[in-house]
Amino acid sequence: MKKFGVKHIVATGIGAALFFVLGRFVAIPSGVPDTNISIQYGLLAFIAAVFGPIAGLLSGLIGHFFIDFSFGWGVWWSWVIASAFVGCVIGFLTVKINIEEGEFGINGIIRFNIAQVIAHLVGWGALAPVLDIVIYAEPANKVFIQGLVSAGINIITTAVVGTLLCVAYSAAIPKKGSLKEEE
Amino acid sequence: MSIGNEAELLLEFNDFGFMYNAQAAPTLYNIDLKLHRGERVLIAGPSGCGKSTLIHCINGLIPFSYKGQMTGSLKIKGRETSTLSIFDISNTVGTVLQDSDAQFVGMTVAEDIAFAPENDCVGDPMLHERVLKAATMVGIEDYLKHAPGELSGGQKQRVSVAGVMVDDVDILIFDEPLANLDPATGKQAIELIDEMQEKTGATVIIVEHRLEDVLHRYVDRVILMEKGRIISDTPPDELLSGELLSQCGIREPLYITALKYAGVSISRDMNPSSVDGMIIGDDAKKKVREWYSKPVEITEDAPSDELLSCESISFAYDKGERKALDGITVRINKGEMTAIVGTNGAGKSTFSKVVCGFETEDEGRIFLNGKDIADSSIKERAEHIGYVMQNPNQMISKVWIYDEVALGLRTRGVPEDEISVRVEKALKICGLWRMRKWPVSALSFGQKKRVTIASILVLDPEMIILDEPTAGQDYRHYTEIMEFLSELNRQGITVVMVTHDMHLMLEYAKRAIVFSKGRIIADDKCHNILTNMSIIKEASLKETSLYGLALKCGIEDGTGFVKHFIDYERHNIRGTRKEEAYDQSV
Amino acid sequence: MTNLFNYIDRPSPIHRLTGATKFVCLMLWSFAAMSTYDTRMLLGLTIISMILFLIGRIHIKDVSFMLGFTLVFLVINSIAIYLFSPLHGTKIYGSCTYLLEYTGRFAPTAEQLFYHFNYVLKYLATIPIVLLFVTTTNPSEFAASLNKIGVKYSIAYAVALALRYIPDIQRQYHEISQAGQARGIEMSKKATLISRLKSASGILIPLILSSMDRIEVISNAMELRGFGKKKKRTWYMGRPFKAADISAMLGCVLLVCLSLYLNHINGGRYYNPFI
Ligand SMILES: Nc1ncnc2c1ncn2[C@@H]1O[C@H](COP(=O)(O)OP(=O)(O)OP(=O)(O)O)[C@@H](O)[C@H]1O
Ligand SMILES: Nc1ncnc2c1ncn2[C@@H]1O[C@H](COP(=O)(O)OP(=O)(O)OP(=O)(O)O)[C@@H](O)[C@H]1O
Ligand SMILES: [Mg+2]
Ligand SMILES: [Mg+2]
Repeated sequence: MKKFGVKHIVATGIGAALFFVLGRFVAIPSGVPDTNISIQYGLLAFIAAVFGPIAGLLSGLIGHFFIDFSFGWGVWWSWVIASAFVGCVIGFLTVKINIEEGEFGINGIIRFNIAQVIAHLVGWGALAPVLDIVIYAEPANKVFIQGLVSAGINIITTAVVGTLLCVAYSAAIPKKGSLKEEE
Repeated sequence: MSIGNEAELLLEFNDFGFMYNAQAAPTLYNIDLKLHRGERVLIAGPSGCGKSTLIHCINGLIPFSYKGQMTGSLKIKGRETSTLSIFDISNTVGTVLQDSDAQFVGMTVAEDIAFAPENDCVGDPMLHERVLKAATMVGIEDYLKHAPGELSGGQKQRVSVAGVMVDDVDILIFDEPLANLDPATGKQAIELIDEMQEKTGATVIIVEHRLEDVLHRYVDRVILMEKGRIISDTPPDELLSGELLSQCGIREPLYITALKYAGVSISRDMNPSSVDGMIIGDDAKKKVREWYSKPVEITEDAPSDELLSCESISFAYDKGERKALDGITVRINKGEMTAIVGTNGAGKSTFSKVVCGFETEDEGRIFLNGKDIADSSIKERAEHIGYVMQNPNQMISKVWIYDEVALGLRTRGVPEDEISVRVEKALKICGLWRMRKWPVSALSFGQKKRVTIASILVLDPEMIILDEPTAGQDYRHYTEIMEFLSELNRQGITVVMVTHDMHLMLEYAKRAIVFSKGRIIADDKCHNILTNMSIIKEASLKETSLYGLALKCGIEDGTGFVKHFIDYERHNIRGTRKEEAYDQSV
Repeated sequence: MTNLFNYIDRPSPIHRLTGATKFVCLMLWSFAAMSTYDTRMLLGLTIISMILFLIGRIHIKDVSFMLGFTLVFLVINSIAIYLFSPLHGTKIYGSCTYLLEYTGRFAPTAEQLFYHFNYVLKYLATIPIVLLFVTTTNPSEFAASLNKIGVKYSIAYAVALALRYIPDIQRQYHEISQAGQARGIEMSKKATLISRLKSASGILIPLILSSMDRIEVISNAMELRGFGKKKKRTWYMGRPFKAADISAMLGCVLLVCLSLYLNHINGGRYYNPFI
């Protein structure tokens, strides 16, 4: 699973497409400017946890890039990079969980959520605002408030949606030698 | 074109077996099989018997993608496959997968055809030439810039064929190439495969449930599988003259069935593999004529009240573009069993969606029980009309089979003990009871489709619309599902089936509504439609082989013959079959 | 639905550039516009970008939809900046010129307005280029060209796959949501946040689980057709670089140099007219 093979390439592409569709068409406004309840981060965390950091990084990067393109408002680099960062970090911190082998118990849920909280806090609470300041020279208090609100919302949605996805996916994978017909 | 033993041996299975890691028992046992260059082979067998698994062993997906244990030996061109890489194998074997949508990886037709040579680093101008040549071979050259969403099912199938034609492979494999194709396109697909074989001299392996359609062109051998074993490997003429087919639950060609009803015994020297080439003696012809002239008692249905009525509905997906539905006016009465047929892309699924409120009509009105339902939501309509969608993946939302079937009952607040009784019944009817504890993801395509049918049957709606209910099903499950639907129908439930299966329409529907290019071009009794050449042509249907048989036996009224066949089946055969189906499901 | 990124097929010099060129230029241009707050530079870029827009033969009505989004985004952002930091401009430019009698926290200052003007200009300098890129680049060719500018072909193909499957996934999302409603799942827009999340995951789980199956089938199909066989691959939609491509890229490199040079002589990123 750790080798980046054809399956990972496809997962990256499909992950980016899903990220795009969820982010572009399913965004729920949260009340703070430019900050939507983005269920795509739940998906990104799931893809990263199953297919690893590279797939997570690229899905976030490509998917977010496409979202910005399709709105036509230019590429908002600071946030694109933060999305890629979040995908990558979650992928790294969850390498030890073997969701694809049907293992995702309480232990897995806790580790997955610790990973996503760290990734979102650093990504949105620090990386994105700092990039905003460096690249666009926006006022610090605006970007940090925006970043922290996003981090909070993304942590919650990932905790709900991402965890649900991981549980459902691991449950759907049959264990070795487990499929028998029963009368 | 018979192949002697001198032709090169391409593929050799020796006491081969395979077990998936997740399974508790092997899926393939004791496979012994030899294939020579230029042979054409059909693999048939009930759903879940291991046909696709066998195919995956040949093309290398087993063991490279699906993990499990192999036993025995499998050689391709004299080399053991376990010593080869999947790329070595792909130079020899080209596969058209069951799902032509999934196979379409390029953004446009041209890019998809170019996929294999691109991976081989073929540069320009060679690359463009090769793509054009392959596209021309399958007749898709005018669509090179089209995206997959802009193609009909049949056109996609052609693209997949072109995609494997760009490489010179020795073995071509088609896994259920006819599923979801309309009858005329299916016929073209078989002709296309036949021509490809002739041009390239490759060995062709076809996996298919629709035996009669494949036998439209010459086939050397038919390999019959059951429960992971090869149970027969014979030329089609021999197979058709035996009893093996009906024993393993595979459907015989209709003309064979008719001959058997007439008391004619089929033997190998009659060449029974096609109706045109078949030698029918005068004696047999007489028997058929006698059978035809014996009247069957017919019960005409009393006219009933109107249930659903549509008045000039029009609908377009992209406003301003071509209409997917154009002035549809139709009435469906209570207790009817009706088929909707027509070309790929004619608007059959769209019609079902509009009726169920998934899409909103641009013009026209829909009445249910005399009430205009323009303001009813999807949920409100669903309380009366159950809709089984064409693609099962769109409907399945739970991980476990049981939960999936119970979902609709749970949202309606039915008590759990009643749910378990109703779910059990639905699962038994759909042949899934033994797998009730499996996750949906471990099922084959046909099995998934049955899950969706069960999840609607369990709700007991007033009217059921089934979009391609029998796609990918073998004859036994087909019979079980269809018999259950007829039983529901006898109890007064209205059934509408969207289908490409002319057998199904003849056998179970009383009436057929024919769609073509978003319009209804005919609405009549099934036998009238299937013998009307101009409708057949316009709607890409296929004339039934019964018609050919009638002409051959000197019966001029082909329509009457087809009608006689249907009536005979309904009154003399179906009753007994229903009981059998019931026995199996319990 | 298939043309999500609004590619418009019209003959123009911009269309004739390869996707790779346009992508590189877009990157360089964004970098040039991003790195500086020099008003003269931004004005220059804005004017050139509008001229390029005309050369690309794209009409305002072709992009009015995207333009609408952008303007809303821009307005909201500007308001947010003003609300959170009404004195950002005075901090940057080191002076404070009140425009009205009123001198409270939200009093307008020339510096703040000038900062906002620059902020908007920064957008105006890049938006036409982004729109131009989106409308003149054939998505297929874009993926092919990524490989040419040094992106690994596996990653370039991931981009191609994303573009290929976006319309499919969009359609499937819609259909799953309807199938759910038909079996009584509530998807109302007025529901509470938690229940909205819950119903969204009611679509999400089937959508994503079936996508996982799809990943399996697609990677099988690709492997059967030899994807990953060699270290390199060719692209049906790939095109060779021409003189125009090279000069366009060189032009953009010059812009970046200019922008860096201006930062150097301004002694920072801002052009300050207040001293
Ligand atoms: N990836 C898999 N993991 C575990 N079991 C599998 C897998 N694929 C197939 N099976 C099982 O192997 C058996 C044979 O499946 P296969 O797909 O070969 O059937 P088939 O003959 O092609 O059926 P159909 O006509 O429905 O396509 C089935 O019982 C199925 O549940
Ligand atoms: N979601 C969609 N968006 C745009 N066009 C669509 C969509 N779904 C179907 N179409 C188009 O509408 C037409 C009718 O499609 P529909 O699915 O109703 O055909 P059908 O009769 O069910 O065909 P088939 O037998 O292949 O299932 C086709 O030309 C199809 O390309
Ligand atoms: Mg199969
Ligand atoms: Mg359809």
